Amino acid sequence: MKILVCISNVPDTTTKISFSSDNKEFNKAGVQYIINPYDELALTKALELNEAAGGGTVTAIHVGQVDAEPNLRKALAVGADDAVRIDAAPVDGFFVASEIAHFAKDKGFDLILCGRESIDYNGGMVAGMLGELLDWPSVNVITSITTSGGEAHLERDIDGGREVLKAKLPFVGSCQKELTEPRIPNMRGIMMARSKPLLVLPAAANTAHTQVATYAAPAPKAGCKFLEPSQVEELVQLLHTEAKVI
Amino acid sequence: MAVVVFAENNAGSFKKASFEIVSYAAAIASMMGTSVTAVVLGSMEDAVASELGTYGAAKVVKVTDASLDTFESHAHAKALAEVAKSEGAKVVVLANTYAGKALAPRLSVKLSAALASGAVALPEINGSFTVLRSVFSNKGFANIQLDTDVKIVSLTPNSYKVVAEGNAAPVENRSLGISAVDFKSTSVEVKTVTGKIPLTEAELVVSAGRGMKGPENWHMIEEMATILGAATACSKPVSDMHWRTHDEHVGQTGITIKPNLYIAIGISGAIQHLAGVSGSKVIVAINTDKEAPFFKIADYGIVGDAFEVLPKLNEALSKFKAAN
Repeated sequence: MKILVCISNVPDTTTKISFSSDNKEFNKAGVQYIINPYDELALTKALELNEAAGGGTVTAIHVGQVDAEPNLRKALAVGADDAVRIDAAPVDGFFVASEIAHFAKDKGFDLILCGRESIDYNGGMVAGMLGELLDWPSVNVITSITTSGGEAHLERDIDGGREVLKAKLPFVGSCQKELTEPRIPNMRGIMMARSKPLLVLPAAANTAHTQVATYAAPAPKAGCKFLEPSQVEELVQLLHTEAKVI
Repeated sequence: MAVVVFAENNAGSFKKASFEIVSYAAAIASMMGTSVTAVVLGSMEDAVASELGTYGAAKVVKVTDASLDTFESHAHAKALAEVAKSEGAKVVVLANTYAGKALAPRLSVKLSAALASGAVALPEINGSFTVLRSVFSNKGFANIQLDTDVKIVSLTPNSYKVVAEGNAAPVENRSLGISAVDFKSTSVEVKTVTGKIPLTEAELVVSAGRGMKGPENWHMIEEMATILGAATACSKPVSDMHWRTHDEHVGQTGITIKPNLYIAIGISGAIQHLAGVSGSKVIVAINTDKEAPFFKIADYGIVGDAFEVLPKLNEALSKFKAAN
């Protein structure tokens, strides 16, 4: 199959988040960027699907600036055949989806996989928007996928359970934990990645619907009231009378 | 220029998240000097649908096409877009549930409408339209300005208080002729988890980590959840080791929740875990290590061994529940 995997470049999960003094910018100084963890699942699953099918290609695509290229090289080292970077500062989910849809629309992909959301802006909207822009089905939070005869058999998380479903290829899937375990590049993959193609294309649409007006840090906590292990009844009373949550 | 709100039809009834978003939509409509039309898709008794008036809907449009009883994002987005257009919607409100997350992006493209997903407060409307949403997996917030004529907001569950002050609303039944050809994927089977409170909807959550030493000790956690009527959750290592299923994993790469009460037992509080639960109104941490990071964001803490504290705490909770 010919599979496109969308890669987002996000701050490492251990990053402490802070904003500029005027709250207009996210402080990027000293922040390590990684491939969005859910996108790693999408990439690994794309490789697994092609291995099961006995062939195919996997293209990794990223909408963003040159500083994301080390992570695109990592995607190539994990096993993607080629990578594409749409050279633009992504403004919002619609901006990203529009660029990816523009790239993908006449390339004959059988499947597009994304993470269920990026762990920085958490919009979770690229998969659904891509589906609508391409007029393909979109299935979000998939936890299992197999393909046969132009059809995908899927499981996905739903509110309060799980759904088993079928979708005709091509379609867009957003990947949830449990789909697979992310693959780590080996030395051979890292060597090979250096000579794999990484194409840089200009942005085509440059359209956004939203902008960040200001950021805000979470309100600080008042402090923890400590009790002794023997004071469980006091704790229950505090939860009832002071916190009023039980 | 109505505010249109999508109330999810859960096999003929509503969940609390729907009452929250109708109340939320009513507050937005009042800011804009307009009214709320609630949309219900699929089979539901009129008397049940009209109940949305209690929470602020001026009318309920029920699309009765039976095909919509099965959720499919393409067909549901199509139906919702048609109603939104016919009502002249300027703002569309959804709940940021799995169904809402599947629908809102498709609707955004259909209506050329900006989408703010995971909003946590009412928008500010004065010339511009901005709304607060959590970013960096709850480690921060951003005021998002929506720059299109029509706007879509999906509200994080447990972010807005239900207001029940109105009367039953008139129900208008419509058929949009949506059929199998509008379905781009086919549902084969829905496996509903029964006898368990879904984590994303829970007001009380009991969560545990590696400090429980093994899955065989979870009966104490489940017992507390049963006494309180709470959902159970766990930390990432616990779900990675398959002590618990991944749908219980809360944190940056799991589920983000904001219950009224989050009880963390034997979880040290890695930054990724705290991100997912820091929106909880009240946090109780129980841990052997008094330096555990969880105590920095907890409201109440007990430094102690879970195996010693839990049996006593469960007994105290049982006694409290019996008396109240």
